[in-house]
Amino acid sequence: MQPNERPAIESTTDHFQYVLALADDALVLGHRLSEWSSRAPTLEEDIALSNIGLDLVGQARSLYAYAGHIEGIGRDEDALAFGRDAHQYLNMQLVERLNGDFAATMARQLFYATFAELFWTAMKRSKDVELSGIAAKAEKECAYHVRHSAEWVIRLGDGTDESHARMQREIDEAWMFTGELFAMDQVDRAMCNVGIGVDRSALKSDWDKAIDAVLTEATLVRPRDGWMISGGRRGTHTEHLGPMLAVMQSLPRTYPGAKW
Amino acid sequence: MYTQALSVESTAVKGAAEDANRVARFQARIDADERIEPMDWMPAAYRQTLVRQISQHAHSEIIGMQPEGNWLTRTPSLKRKLQMMAKIQDEAGHGLYLYSAAETLGVSREELVGQLLAGKAKYSSIFNYPTLSWADIGAVGWLVDGAAIMNQIPICRCSYGPYARAMVLICKEESFHQRQGFETMMALARGSADQKAMAQDALDRWWWPSVMMFGPSDKDSVHSDQAMRWKIKRFTNDELRQKFIDATVPQAQFLELSIPDPALKFNEATKHWDIGPIDWDEFWRVVKGDGPCNKQRLRAKQEAHDQGAWVREAAMAYADKRRARKAGTRVAAE
Amino acid sequence: MTDKNWPLYEVFLRPRNGLSHKHVGSLHAVDDEMALQNARDVYTRRGEALSIWVVASKAIIASEPSQREAMLEPSDPERKPYRHPTFYDIPDEVGHM
Repeated sequence: MQPNERPAIESTTDHFQYVLALADDALVLGHRLSEWSSRAPTLEEDIALSNIGLDLVGQARSLYAYAGHIEGIGRDEDALAFGRDAHQYLNMQLVERLNGDFAATMARQLFYATFAELFWTAMKRSKDVELSGIAAKAEKECAYHVRHSAEWVIRLGDGTDESHARMQREIDEAWMFTGELFAMDQVDRAMCNVGIGVDRSALKSDWDKAIDAVLTEATLVRPRDGWMISGGRRGTHTEHLGPMLAVMQSLPRTYPGAKW
Repeated sequence: MYTQALSVESTAVKGAAEDANRVARFQARIDADERIEPMDWMPAAYRQTLVRQISQHAHSEIIGMQPEGNWLTRTPSLKRKLQMMAKIQDEAGHGLYLYSAAETLGVSREELVGQLLAGKAKYSSIFNYPTLSWADIGAVGWLVDGAAIMNQIPICRCSYGPYARAMVLICKEESFHQRQGFETMMALARGSADQKAMAQDALDRWWWPSVMMFGPSDKDSVHSDQAMRWKIKRFTNDELRQKFIDATVPQAQFLELSIPDPALKFNEATKHWDIGPIDWDEFWRVVKGDGPCNKQRLRAKQEAHDQGAWVREAAMAYADKRRARKAGTRVAAE
Repeated sequence: MTDKNWPLYEVFLRPRNGLSHKHVGSLHAVDDEMALQNARDVYTRRGEALSIWVVASKAIIASEPSQREAMLEPSDPERKPYRHPTFYDIPDEVGHM
């Protein structure tokens, strides 16, 4: 997968970190969805969640391969995915949250997918040909992910008393993880300056509108904005990422160098 | 293999007298290779045998997601991760196609799943074995999917339309499953000493259960005749088992792995591979519920079902509310 | 078990290179929207379809097998062969027709 042209940038480290973080977002969330296999509320939903998981892991593979290429020291997708410890993972904390019950998963999916659709749509305009190509594919996938999670949040919010209570609780608990979606750090700003990256903070008002519409139709109350968690992009995570990676990485770490 | 413990006689409705003419006409249709469709007249025993066989096949696909799912979060590469997610997803889909086929016979998916959870329905015994290493995933794909394909292809021509058509769909999707398993085994067999040992250990544990998948020996399968006459079953257990063994032994040789059977020998006269004695005690034990994972598999299924109940109720409640609102709007507009 | 039965829907797909929708199977869903989404998830994982139709099973009106003779046999090629091109003998010199 070779880009046609490498734009002139200040630091390959920034470029590498930027793409790596996006890959980590996709892989961690895709992995979480794979944990639902054989456990979903219906067969049809088991298949739907796997579809979304497959899309995300597929995005992760493309992004890791590209990140490894940018880094240029010979690390491939598996070296990056299976060879880094939790503090080296750059995903947002939202995506590593436990699946919990179905409402918790749908809250997480709704918040992320709504953001991702906006993000990848904007990324289609990137000067980085590789990223804009990945974006074109991801945008279509995300459109479906948004529809799927929005429909479920509405069904659960406006379903039974129990589903309404569960859905409200999970929306409330995940809310403080949503600030990170729009955070811009030095790497984001550097990438924006060279026309490669997306201004995440500019996506917030469209995200708010979309989320508000879903919550209203779901008869759910929008949580008050309070303190927002941050740190994922710096390698600071919740207690949940460590065990997830310990499981995910166990085979390659036990048999270093082996081919599978 | 999806009717390992199925007795056709036991499904017959006692005391029901079916019009001999209708039965004869029905059999004539079968003999002429006509397809029986959902609205056609069929003997009660034919309907019941099919419901049992198709639903047991469906349950097998669903339960089969678990032993493979056991390694889904530990696949050793991203490529394998995608492959396993897709494979297990296919199994869910296959279960769904088969439940749909069974429903054309007048039974609901809810009823069938209820039977499974109550321990009243059977599923293929192979899924009651544990997957202890990544090599087991290779062995399951290579041997278990291999055996399943042998069984499924003939069913594409079975007499009951919806079942045959579901099988055609399943066979189209199944082809990558066995290849993926075999490729996994190849990578291990050609890998490090640890990986080779892992592969051999998996074969040691999965060979006999796979051979037993085809069900009891023909001489112990008294009720197969009726299923064959009705073209629900197209080949005998032993015929399929032999076909599987003949195809698989050379594959094991290619992998340079040894099959755990000291009596395994090529018979120059028959041109088939002869195997040693099958432990039928183990087979019946596992089929009847005393395998390593029987209880675990059903318990996992029950838990998923219970934990999802509030979700299903909510979806139904929402749909009802929406319908009521739509109806209300129409009334208001009139 | 206390779950209410979810209605059954039949699924029809028109493939990429196809001209008509073909029945591929069924699934359960609470309403039309879920049925369409589920059909997409369950039956189109290999890029098979350009168009998906879902129909509530109870909305399908089918011909009765017992009436097959009256409904369908009169159109059997053996009864009215003149509706089929092979019935007509066109000399080869006329070319493709």
